[in-house]
Amino acid sequence: MENVLSIIIFIPLVAAAVLALFLRGNDAASARNAKWVALLATTATFLVSLVVLTGFDPANTGMQFLEDYTWILGLHYKMGVDGISVLFVMLTTFLMPITILACWPVETRVKEYMIAFLVLEALMIGVFTALDLVLFYLFFEAGLIPMFLIIGIWGGKERIYAAFKFFLYTFLGSVLMLVAMIAMYVDAGTTDMVKLLTHDFGHDTISVLGFSIVGGLQTLLFLAFFASFAVKMPMWPVHTWLPDAHVQAPTAGSVILAAIMLKMGGYGFLRFSLPMFPVGADLLTPLVFWMSAIAIVYTSLVALVQQDMKKLIAYSSVAHMGYVTMGIFAANQQGVDGAIFQMLSHGFISGALFLCVGVIYDRMHTRDIDAYGGLVNRMPGYALIFMFFTMANVGLPGTSGFVGEFLTLMGIFQVNTWIAAIATSGVILSASYALWLYRRVVFGDLIKESLKTITDMTGREKLIFAPLVAMTLLLGVYPSLVTDLIGPSVTALVADYHAALPAVAEVADAAHAATN
Amino acid sequence: MTPADFQTVLPEVILALAAMAALLFGAFAGKDDRATLITWAIAILFAGTALWIGLNGTGSRSAFGGMFTDDPFARFAKVTILLSAAAVLVMTQDYMSRRGLLRFEYPILITLSVIGMMMMVSAGDLMSLYMGLELQSLALYVVASLRRDSAKSTEAGLKYFVLGALSSGLLLYGASLTYGFAGTTLFSGILSTLGDGVPLGLLFGLVFMISGLAFKVSAAPFHMWTPDVYEGSPTPITAFFATAPKVAAMALIARLTFDAFGTIPAQWGQVIAALSVISMFLGAIAAIGQKDIKRLMAYSSIAHMGYALMGLAAGTAGGVQAMLVYMAIYVTMNVGTFAFILSVERDGHPVTDIAALNMLSKKEPLKAGAMLFLLFSLAGVPPFVGFFGKFYVLKAAVDAGLTWLAVAGAVASVIGAFYYLRIVFYMYFGKETEGVESRMAPVQWVMLMGAAAIMLLGIINLFGIDPAAAIAAESLVR
Repeated sequence: MENVLSIIIFIPLVAAAVLALFLRGNDAASARNAKWVALLATTATFLVSLVVLTGFDPANTGMQFLEDYTWILGLHYKMGVDGISVLFVMLTTFLMPITILACWPVETRVKEYMIAFLVLEALMIGVFTALDLVLFYLFFEAGLIPMFLIIGIWGGKERIYAAFKFFLYTFLGSVLMLVAMIAMYVDAGTTDMVKLLTHDFGHDTISVLGFSIVGGLQTLLFLAFFASFAVKMPMWPVHTWLPDAHVQAPTAGSVILAAIMLKMGGYGFLRFSLPMFPVGADLLTPLVFWMSAIAIVYTSLVALVQQDMKKLIAYSSVAHMGYVTMGIFAANQQGVDGAIFQMLSHGFISGALFLCVGVIYDRMHTRDIDAYGGLVNRMPGYALIFMFFTMANVGLPGTSGFVGEFLTLMGIFQVNTWIAAIATSGVILSASYALWLYRRVVFGDLIKESLKTITDMTGREKLIFAPLVAMTLLLGVYPSLVTDLIGPSVTALVADYHAALPAVAEVADAAHAATN
Repeated sequence: MTPADFQTVLPEVILALAAMAALLFGAFAGKDDRATLITWAIAILFAGTALWIGLNGTGSRSAFGGMFTDDPFARFAKVTILLSAAAVLVMTQDYMSRRGLLRFEYPILITLSVIGMMMMVSAGDLMSLYMGLELQSLALYVVASLRRDSAKSTEAGLKYFVLGALSSGLLLYGASLTYGFAGTTLFSGILSTLGDGVPLGLLFGLVFMISGLAFKVSAAPFHMWTPDVYEGSPTPITAFFATAPKVAAMALIARLTFDAFGTIPAQWGQVIAALSVISMFLGAIAAIGQKDIKRLMAYSSIAHMGYALMGLAAGTAGGVQAMLVYMAIYVTMNVGTFAFILSVERDGHPVTDIAALNMLSKKEPLKAGAMLFLLFSLAGVPPFVGFFGKFYVLKAAVDAGLTWLAVAGAVASVIGAFYYLRIVFYMYFGKETEGVESRMAPVQWVMLMGAAAIMLLGIINLFGIDPAAAIAAESLVR
């Protein structure tokens, strides 16, 4: 099974091709067939990806399951996973069957919908496994196309605006990264990411258009990558595409967007920004810290006043991603461990929360918080599930949300106490908006006429939530499942990063000497 | 003319003889009812010649005392020109004959202009350069106004002619300046005089010639004729304008700059870089407001020429290779896109309004899907082949130290993505309105699907055009 990574990328692609070429007709039967094919393909992908998880050797900090074929223009089709990426692959393959199940009520253009999700799955796995710069970029960018179509075709009322904003915003961030990648290619003579990880990019102060750039090439490259990943993440103040995209996207689209696509930004920071440009990263760490701190407090406050449930959860995602960037750039074991943990846990929790909204949206066709109230009277099962994930979102101990927040806060506390103090206030704020949302939607008397006939969750819906509840609890009470797996790779990453740092003091001194 | 000279120009001679034979045949054999036959025969001749040139040609040789060069660069360009011309001929035949436009002169004029293009890419002297260019242009002026009874088509032809004459004037003025200061019209002769310093007059000549040629590739700020001529000409003619002549003119710029001025890339590099950056931004921004798909494609081609020029501005073999790959990809995308545009009609009348494509994806999922591939490829979004075209030129620019140009190109591509997405928006997200008919000749269907398939499958190895372009670039940049 040495090509197992390619196999898990190509299973969904083959299924998409089968649907596109062989499934005819627009009737209910063909729609049902399309859903089943997609469900089978994503489940098969998940099962095959278990081979990667079981065969993965945590003690080995290098790349595993390597595949390498030459491609055009000196590029390579190179794949592999290490401790940092393996769990993102698992997250993707784990969530896809759930997402497909969540698509069951969709009735318009089902075949195309399934094709879009299958292609998207292949591209997302590709992002986390690619070990060639251009291959990574190819997967990273190509994911925009199916998502653009998912939002634009199956989205809500303002879907056109949201789809265009999503596409152009992220595209602008990424093309700058492309230029930076080409500059890296020219500088290092290779696009092989394993080799680039050991390549020293120049960090002597250079002058561009009369500005002297401390940290030189590394700072410029860092900024170009930052433009892409910060938008993808998204970090304040470039997060504004996310609420629009989330609100307008169909439920399954929101799940994928929040649970997996946002993580590409965090993965990018860990794979490129920290290890490849340590000097640039270290020089700009204060900026990232403050952006994260503002994101946590500001977007939590914004979430408090939202009328739309999806928008509220979208803002809460931005706040939670603030913990991630903060943890990554704390650059110590706890911080980076916590960031990865937070990303995984946010994948389960935010995905589940969007599914929760989807459940009542499918019944009432509104996401307006004021349209609900007192749901617990008619939907006790739903109230329980929603309660569980609300608590996980707040970071209740015993759920995975707590571990991620705690570890990142511990990591940042060792580096910058002020940021830690500000970020901790976000824990309180998140409790206030999440609990308030829950109270307004679920508790109270059931007085709205339209809600009097609402029904509780169906078997299919319960089935969707079961694995998510299990994972959230499991990681909450037994976090070392994750940290044991990622630990050695994170240790190596942090050690390499700190080994490169003495150069920072050097360039800073040189810059000071030059200005004086 | 020695037998060796004759050997070198044999493909052009054969095509010229074929054009004359077709003219006689058409004139004697009852005029236009044989036009279909002539069109197909000439298309097959083009394809055969392309195969012959591509597979058989080796090495570099020149004829007529250096006026005509046959090298891998010329062969790469000729194969691209011939294949795209053949594709355009066969896919437009149905459209033309149903509208009574298929006169037997059409394929013959196309043949003559193709011969002109082949002369252009092989030019080794200012005289042969001008001869090739004029042969190409005169034939194109005529076909632009092929629909005599349409005011728009006539206007397009006239506009193209007047502005084309102006650009020829600029080119001739530049050529005469160059001759005056270099004392020769041979490219190799001009190159050898550059060793003793570069007189100012020669630089003026160079700039005038580049300006004249920029008209032909429709690079901004010499692009003004493009939208009107694209819109006014019958769509098959527009399809032709957008493909083969662009390749020829781009190759000619490369030929002139490297063969005649190859030792001073810093001098012309900045001119071409300026043309490139203006074209990319103007093409991207001006296309946003367009409602007519042919006008939109005109601005799109302006932007694409900007990217191709970026490769040339690098002034390296890698840059020329990038330009050639880019042009080959560009031509393929345009053939597919125009095959689609040709098929859009309502009550038998061609429709070029973008809004008419509303919800085409519901009625024609396959066609809309193929068009989706082409549009994302035109926008340069991976994984489609169009992305690799952009990647090649950006890499060439960064390699040559033109990082600012690469950044500008990257930003322009985001602006450009918007208008391609707008077409996707109409096809996929729009409201259902009065639809368009989906009549599509089999050849057009094949071209559209083939181009879309190439956009996706090409990412495996670009069908091997990459090493061929490298050999071609090596032969030009010495």
